[in-house]
Amino acid sequence: MFETTSLNTRNQRTQTLFRMLFGLMTGLLILPVLMILATLIYKGGPALSIDFLFTGPTHGMTAGGIFPALLGTVWLVTVALIVSVPLGVAAAIYLSEYAADNWLTRVINLAIINLAGVPSIVHALFGVGAFVIFFRFGTSILAASLTLAIMTLPVVIVATRESLQAVPLAFREACWNMGATRWQTIRRVVLPNAVSGILTGVILEVSRTAGETAPIMFTGAVFFTPFLPQGIFDQTMALSLHLFVVSTQVPGVPEDLPYGVALVLIGMVLIMNSLSIAFRMYLRGKKKW
Amino acid sequence: MGSSSSVQSVAVSPAAEFQDIDRRNLDWYIDKIVQVLVFIGGISAIIFVIGIFAFVTKEGYEFVVGMDWGEVFLSPYWYPSDDPPEFGILALMAGTASVTGLAMVVAIPFSLGAAIFVAEFATGKTREALKVLIELLAAIPSVVWGFIGLTIMNPLIIEIFDVPVGLNVLNAGIILGLMAAPIMTSIAEDALKAVPDRYREAAEAMGATRWQLIVKVVLPAAKNGLLGAVLLGVGRGFGETMAVLMATGHSVQIPHSIFDSVRALTATIAAELGEAAVGSEHYQALFAIGIFLFIVTFIINLSADLIVRGVRKG
Repeated sequence: MFETTSLNTRNQRTQTLFRMLFGLMTGLLILPVLMILATLIYKGGPALSIDFLFTGPTHGMTAGGIFPALLGTVWLVTVALIVSVPLGVAAAIYLSEYAADNWLTRVINLAIINLAGVPSIVHALFGVGAFVIFFRFGTSILAASLTLAIMTLPVVIVATRESLQAVPLAFREACWNMGATRWQTIRRVVLPNAVSGILTGVILEVSRTAGETAPIMFTGAVFFTPFLPQGIFDQTMALSLHLFVVSTQVPGVPEDLPYGVALVLIGMVLIMNSLSIAFRMYLRGKKKW
Repeated sequence: MGSSSSVQSVAVSPAAEFQDIDRRNLDWYIDKIVQVLVFIGGISAIIFVIGIFAFVTKEGYEFVVGMDWGEVFLSPYWYPSDDPPEFGILALMAGTASVTGLAMVVAIPFSLGAAIFVAEFATGKTREALKVLIELLAAIPSVVWGFIGLTIMNPLIIEIFDVPVGLNVLNAGIILGLMAAPIMTSIAEDALKAVPDRYREAAEAMGATRWQLIVKVVLPAAKNGLLGAVLLGVGRGFGETMAVLMATGHSVQIPHSIFDSVRALTATIAAELGEAAVGSEHYQALFAIGIFLFIVTFIINLSADLIVRGVRKG
């Protein structure tokens, strides 16, 4: 009665076949990228050294290191975070703790999706029109960072909202029953339980911000400047733009230099992302409810 | 001393409560202020989207008002610095469309296949590892992808296909496909995971194999979410700038084969904004392209959102 019929074997075979096919497709999606990363490490590895990280470019950017670009990226990311983290967390608190399910909330959600979906070069145009020209910040770290902050705002909002919503409603109700106000509840109960989730979002945002190129090209980052930035109204070099410059704009660059820059940039981004993922997994394992 | 002060505060607090019977104490005011502040944070996203449209339009509207629509959209000649200048974006649109189209040909089957594998076949550690890998792939910055197109894909294409230039539609299409695929995979996987398990259980109880279950039950139930994933991938490809700037070969023409070099709308802005004088016709034309990009991506994102929302309600 339970003997395998020909239909069973055929079905079984179809299933194995498709399992293999989809597995292969997944592999084909991931493998080329891993090969590309291996190439980057192989070709860029020899360029890396402590000197490479901590000296400036010399000989018209055909030699030397990347220190001004590295420092510039740190400036840009820091100023962008100072703006976007409080704003993003506030937005997420509103959406998770206050907002009713009405048309305004739907419009806000749509705006967040759009903010993430607008092409980066349009963000750059906005930065030029608004911050560089209208608010008269000129091409400066401030203008570039504000552009980056607005562009990466959805990353903070989405991550924060998710971690706020992961805090059980019962925690809030218990606190309200003690006579606490909404804000006291958020500050003493919801945020402490969500802070690590927010942190993973912030790390993700650092990585996103550091890698962006188009939005800073015309708002504050320059191809080359002999000066290190002293304040937020200075122009600066940036790592992502530096990769573009040494690989397309400067003649006579030795082959390993741009590979080195690419390796540093991608290493920075991937380490940040891995950190964020590891942190998230650790939290998921630790969660008590 | 400490105990006496605490006794005192206990004695005082009922009186204080009576005075503030309407409960408008400091905490009440802080609560209201915070409510206003987070509300401002909440609507800031709307303000920024409107702001983006307003400022890009402010710089570009003079060109839009004065332009000859037929010429701009139907002429393939983009010569902004000639005298008189020509601002036809047909070739640029063809560049964007060909690269995005090829990217989707590459990305759609692979990302849907990968999403099905991760969501329906892979289990346990394999599944987790694949998800992490796909997330990491999505994080690679676009300028690095452009660099890869320039230094790795370019010689590869020249060698394999024996063509003079490796920076072309094929190069940018593959690069863009690899870029968009991880994002499409994770959205598609979410859509597959959103199909309730009882659908799967019901099908299995009827004796369906895993494959029959996927084709007959899961895919039809998830089709809106999958369509949303594809649309977001299209939006991503359409708006990508740095990778397209570096890998397309940068020549304004309507491509006749995948080995022709092209120039995309986004790349044109990135390449020329630096040299266009503020307020000049060329500068305004670049902002006008920005308005066009904004409107198209807005429509793509809006429809993706509506389609995905449709599946949640259904």
